[in-house]
Amino acid sequence: MLLIRCPYCEEERPELEFRNAGEAHIARSADMAATSDDDFEKFFFIRSNPKGIIYERWRHMHGCARFFNAVRDTVSDRFLMTYKAGEPKPAKLPGAAK
Amino acid sequence: MAKAAARKSGVAAPSVERRPALAGQELSATGVTLAVLPPAERISLRAPDASVAALSKALGVTLPRKPKTSAAKAGRTALWLGPDEWLVIDEVGRDPLADCAEVTVLHSAVGISHRNVAISVTGPAAAATINSGCPQDLSLDAFPVGAASRTILGKVEIVLLRTASDAFRVECWRSFSDYVFIFLSEAAGDAAA
Repeated sequence: MLLIRCPYCEEERPELEFRNAGEAHIARSADMAATSDDDFEKFFFIRSNPKGIIYERWRHMHGCARFFNAVRDTVSDRFLMTYKAGEPKPAKLPGAAK
Repeated sequence: MAKAAARKSGVAAPSVERRPALAGQELSATGVTLAVLPPAERISLRAPDASVAALSKALGVTLPRKPKTSAAKAGRTALWLGPDEWLVIDEVGRDPLADCAEVTVLHSAVGISHRNVAISVTGPAAAATINSGCPQDLSLDAFPVGAASRTILGKVEIVLLRTASDAFRVECWRSFSDYVFIFLSEAAGDAAA
């Protein structure tokens, strides 16, 4: 079983307590009505789906119930780090294969 | 039609008597005892940092600020569930909802006394019994006495509180209580083996 560190509970918890909530850092337009169809399509449907490092939202559903962000490697499924919702993308990743 | 009428006449007069789920059920296995605990007053409390001091004063128990902890005083227990969320349980019949109503600072208190059923799991095999469906580390180092956490048991969400080194309080939703009690009963048999 994967252990995922919840930044609010400040410890690693079993994966069964968590839910994935899609890609992180996708900003919703403040004026949705003025968004062009092309831009809306990009915002709403188009996801990066990379091979490698991905930034995701996760929710500690059966724990503190908070959303947070996680950096995960889609090749190894390894969680590189997690950080609280609203915080910027981390500049440096621990243990990243570079 | 006649059948329905016959069934109806057999029923006692309508009453508002409270019928708690699983009331009084118990199970003993080698090394572990399950018991459905008596009804208690409960609230779900949400509040920002600025309101915590005033609410703690009104409730008479200091709301814990550290993850996975609880605080208890005079029959009332406050369990940390999230950064701004607590479960307050009162086992001596004083409604915490009434205490919160006197507080003017921003908060949300919702009475959930009847929503939850509590089951006590006690005995040397208590942790092993709960671990059969709960993936958290329940060793005394990771989950000491007084530790509390929302987590899962099998397929349902529970709130787990360690009341002693070999005793836990499992809080689950009323409609899941059958599942939880049967799950724990099966687990108790396995844990004893």
